[in-house]
Amino acid sequence: MNAEPVEMLLNMGPQHPSTHGVFRMVLWVDGEKIVDVEPHIGYLHRGSEKLCEGEQYHQIITLFDRMDYVANFNNELVYCQAVEKLMGLAVPERAEYVRVILCELNRIASHLLYVGTIGLDAGAMTPTMFAFRGRERIQSLFEAISGARMMHNYFRIGGVKEDLPDNFERLIADLLPLLKEDVEESDRILTFNEIFLTRLKDVGSISAEEAIDFGFTGPCLRGCGVEYDVRKAQPYSVYDRFDFDIPVGLDGDCWDRHWVRVQEMYESLKIIEQALEQIPEGEVVSSLGRRLIRPPAGEVYVRAENPRGEIAVHLVSNGTDRPYRLKVRPPSFCNLSAIKRLLCESWIADSVVILGSLDIVLGEVDR
Amino acid sequence: MLNSVKGMMLTLASTFQGLKKPVTREYPKQPTPVQPRFMGFPALTWDNDVDEPFCTGCMVCIRNCPTQCMSASMMDNPLNEEGKSHRRKIVDYFEINLNRCILCGICVELCNFDAIVMSHEHEMSTYERNGDRVDLPALLDIGKKYQRETAWIPPTVLAKAKKEAEDAAKAAAAESEEPAAAAQEGD
Ligand code: SF4
Ligand code: SF4
Repeated sequence: MNAEPVEMLLNMGPQHPSTHGVFRMVLWVDGEKIVDVEPHIGYLHRGSEKLCEGEQYHQIITLFDRMDYVANFNNELVYCQAVEKLMGLAVPERAEYVRVILCELNRIASHLLYVGTIGLDAGAMTPTMFAFRGRERIQSLFEAISGARMMHNYFRIGGVKEDLPDNFERLIADLLPLLKEDVEESDRILTFNEIFLTRLKDVGSISAEEAIDFGFTGPCLRGCGVEYDVRKAQPYSVYDRFDFDIPVGLDGDCWDRHWVRVQEMYESLKIIEQALEQIPEGEVVSSLGRRLIRPPAGEVYVRAENPRGEIAVHLVSNGTDRPYRLKVRPPSFCNLSAIKRLLCESWIADSVVILGSLDIVLGEVDR
Repeated sequence: MLNSVKGMMLTLASTFQGLKKPVTREYPKQPTPVQPRFMGFPALTWDNDVDEPFCTGCMVCIRNCPTQCMSASMMDNPLNEEGKSHRRKIVDYFEINLNRCILCGICVELCNFDAIVMSHEHEMSTYERNGDRVDLPALLDIGKKYQRETAWIPPTVLAKAKKEAEDAAKAAAAESEEPAAAAQEGD
């Protein structure tokens, strides 16, 4: 029989467990090689940006919770900062520290989830369980502080909702050593594992110039060796008072992106420890924040470092109690834009790992 | 090879740890305890002193709910006419569609009458689409249960007590300073 080579069309997703949400890729394959990719997004589109135009300023915080549902606090922070900047509102010191502590804890939780899922993508079951145990501990602390495990609605324009609970010091003192163990464990079990290295090293490489052209930010960009972190490049909140490093990779392949994230968890732990030492007593919400929020007409652009990269909010106000327009620059979406470049000419089996190493959250890609 | 063995050892170690002290729970049989600040479904509170709900049906929470999942109406309070209650208006009808509620807690934050709380109720699955539309008596039941379980004190009462304690402390501090100042003057 005469077999003719034909290009085959392979549909991956939207219900594929490795697409980390509802994301669909149409792969044109030639044998085991991927020739072309067509990504389809929008399955989780909820019109968040449009919804924001119909909600009052204090209600929008709930929508930001649901945008990047793995890093809720970081999302709330960038929105609150945008409105505060527009209003010229000063946030009490203590609130700033509370925000930083929670954001960094959330960064660790998000990266732990990433470590678990990249393990799954590369074929290892156990790291997921370990990572989720660590993430669960953080979420219990979040529940004690804000009342919810994921959709907190805790940050307010001009501060945070209420002060930390009375037993917070004991809770965090119990949590930090365990968390350190969890991070070290997730590092030890995966990062230098031989099988993991062979699956990730030199897979999905991208050069620094190309990464910048695609608009990469966060660990994906730092994996290529570019030292760029909004927390250092343009410090917001009280990040200029902490001493921490920006881990950078070398080759911009999947393993480098993974390594950068793992190192970032150690850095976050450092920041939390310093913040706990420096946190002052006092008010947690400015008295202005409690009134009806009606910023003056104007527009602001505020950016912050999410676990996934640089998130930015462009807020246009016309002086009413609802925004005129709110545009979000989602880090996952920009990182995902390079999927065609990364997947073409790679193997089918690697496609899952490459997608996993970008660490996308579809809630944020589609909004 | 060596690395794989190391990874295996790590897994084995935590297996033994897990056998000694499990991390997971058998959920429905062993309910997970919730934190004191846990935000479950919203519920209405009951004023035991006057025997009526705290809620006056003022609609502040309803106007500020991000999902518009509540509705209410108010009426003249019969107990007020009898002189038993200080509330001139009282809630007549209240409904929350808990299926729509996103547990944000905005209603609790904005209520001026301590009338609504985020209860610890969170297991309320039903089979019908509208099975979680809860009316006034049911909401009050959830609220009463919450009040009983947590020995609930209205937040405004707490805030007032705290302020009074602070004022008293300040007055005491001022008094203890005054005799000292007086003694100095006497010198
Ligand atoms: S719960 Fe509070 S805000 Fe809502 S209607 Fe009743 S009294 Fe008004
Ligand atoms: S918790 Fe939020 S969504 Fe639920 S009833 Fe209250 S304001 Fe509405």
